[in-house]
Amino acid sequence: MTDFNAMTEALVECDEDKLFEMVNAALADNVPAGDVLNQGLISGMDIVGEKMENGDMFIPEVLMAAQAMGRCVEILKPLLGEEDAGGGANVLIGTVKGDLHDIGKNLVAMMLESAGMNVHNIGVDIAPEEFIAQIKEKNAQIVCLSALLTTTMPMMKQTVEAIVESGLRDQVKILVGGAPVNQAFADEIGADGFAPDAGSASKIAKALLN
Amino acid sequence: MFEVIGERINTSRKKVQAAVAERDADYIVDDVKQQLAAGADYIDVNAGARIGHETEDMQWLIDTIQPIATVPLCLDSPDPAVLEMAFQMVEAEPMINSISLETDRLGAMLPFLEGKACKVIALCMDDAGMPASSDDIIGRAVKLVEELNRVGIKTESIYIDPLVQPISTDSNKGVMVLDAVRGIKKNFPEVHITGGLSNISYGLPQRRIINRTFVGLMMDAGMDSAIIDPLDQAIMATIKTADMLLGHDNFCGGYLKGVRSGAIKS
Repeated sequence: MTDFNAMTEALVECDEDKLFEMVNAALADNVPAGDVLNQGLISGMDIVGEKMENGDMFIPEVLMAAQAMGRCVEILKPLLGEEDAGGGANVLIGTVKGDLHDIGKNLVAMMLESAGMNVHNIGVDIAPEEFIAQIKEKNAQIVCLSALLTTTMPMMKQTVEAIVESGLRDQVKILVGGAPVNQAFADEIGADGFAPDAGSASKIAKALLN
Repeated sequence: MFEVIGERINTSRKKVQAAVAERDADYIVDDVKQQLAAGADYIDVNAGARIGHETEDMQWLIDTIQPIATVPLCLDSPDPAVLEMAFQMVEAEPMINSISLETDRLGAMLPFLEGKACKVIALCMDDAGMPASSDDIIGRAVKLVEELNRVGIKTESIYIDPLVQPISTDSNKGVMVLDAVRGIKKNFPEVHITGGLSNISYGLPQRRIINRTFVGLMMDAGMDSAIIDPLDQAIMATIKTADMLLGHDNFCGGYLKGVRSGAIKS
């Protein structure tokens, strides 16, 4: 009997070797890879995200947990079926044009990926037309826009407007974040959601999909 | 001597934004007086947060602050037109915050700076984004000094900001910037090193102990200025103490003065 609680616990404790051992043991016991991924790893990262949001875990610990999960996902990948791999939503994430900051955005991308989503991190200084082209190409359901400067916040608004004009607005949920961004600004520019930190981003993204 | 650039007059701070929107001069004057009393060597003025109002907000802030400012202003905007207007208004030689190697920014700022008497904060940012290594930071600093020298800004008027990055995302970010500062000072002993410090502690708890420890290390490496809140007594006390320990305080005069005034406590 595989103890998924022990697995999530090992992940939350950032104990990479223990987690790796447990995942291997579960696979040896013929536990389906999809169950290990969903019930062991992804639910563990959900707890990590929550703890981060509440200030009980910090970025270096979240990075350690993600690294531990990444090592396990590598051995799960070849064993995952179509239905396991296709479960996640397509997410596009980038920093808006004129803004070169990427640390927070990359943390959010990592948390979304750890939540089982197919994340396409398209980088920094992304023009509205590039976001639109990528939404089409990646068939994105969620677009995450990041801006770290008060001077680039207007570009967030322009990007949302461009998505509306392109006719793709109904296809995607738009999530915004970054140091100067708040809920009021998100509402003002017509975004669907605002995430104050990487920990809450995956929770909010999931809520938007439902 | 270490130079403190007081960062409080920034419209991205809620109370400052409200005071600017309501043209509450008393609030601004009071804040600036507190920064001066705490030992600010420059007063940074940033009017960028009320989108569409930067020019008139900057003008009003300078009109409000200049009569009581006993130190020069640090004019903080990415817009050369706003800076030109502000530059014409100030009496004491200002500091300009800032230029970087981003193509658009560099291209817009160099003509503005050409031939002007001012100090300049130069960010080690380029089109590729944040620097990735010590050598990367040093290379960008060299380019910035060359570009600024070419338009008549002397090296001793340049304040390089090496861009402190969070140690929470990479345990080597502290060493990276410390090595870079040493490298820059080796290339240009007369250049100044400035910047914000609090980025170092982003994502970690108990940030102020990290910031305080870090400023001491940065000062040893060659940092001689910082953009901080001068009303943060603990960091100001750490800076004064570190300045003494690094031999910049004759007969420990500044330190003892700080202790007697109550600004430095053990």
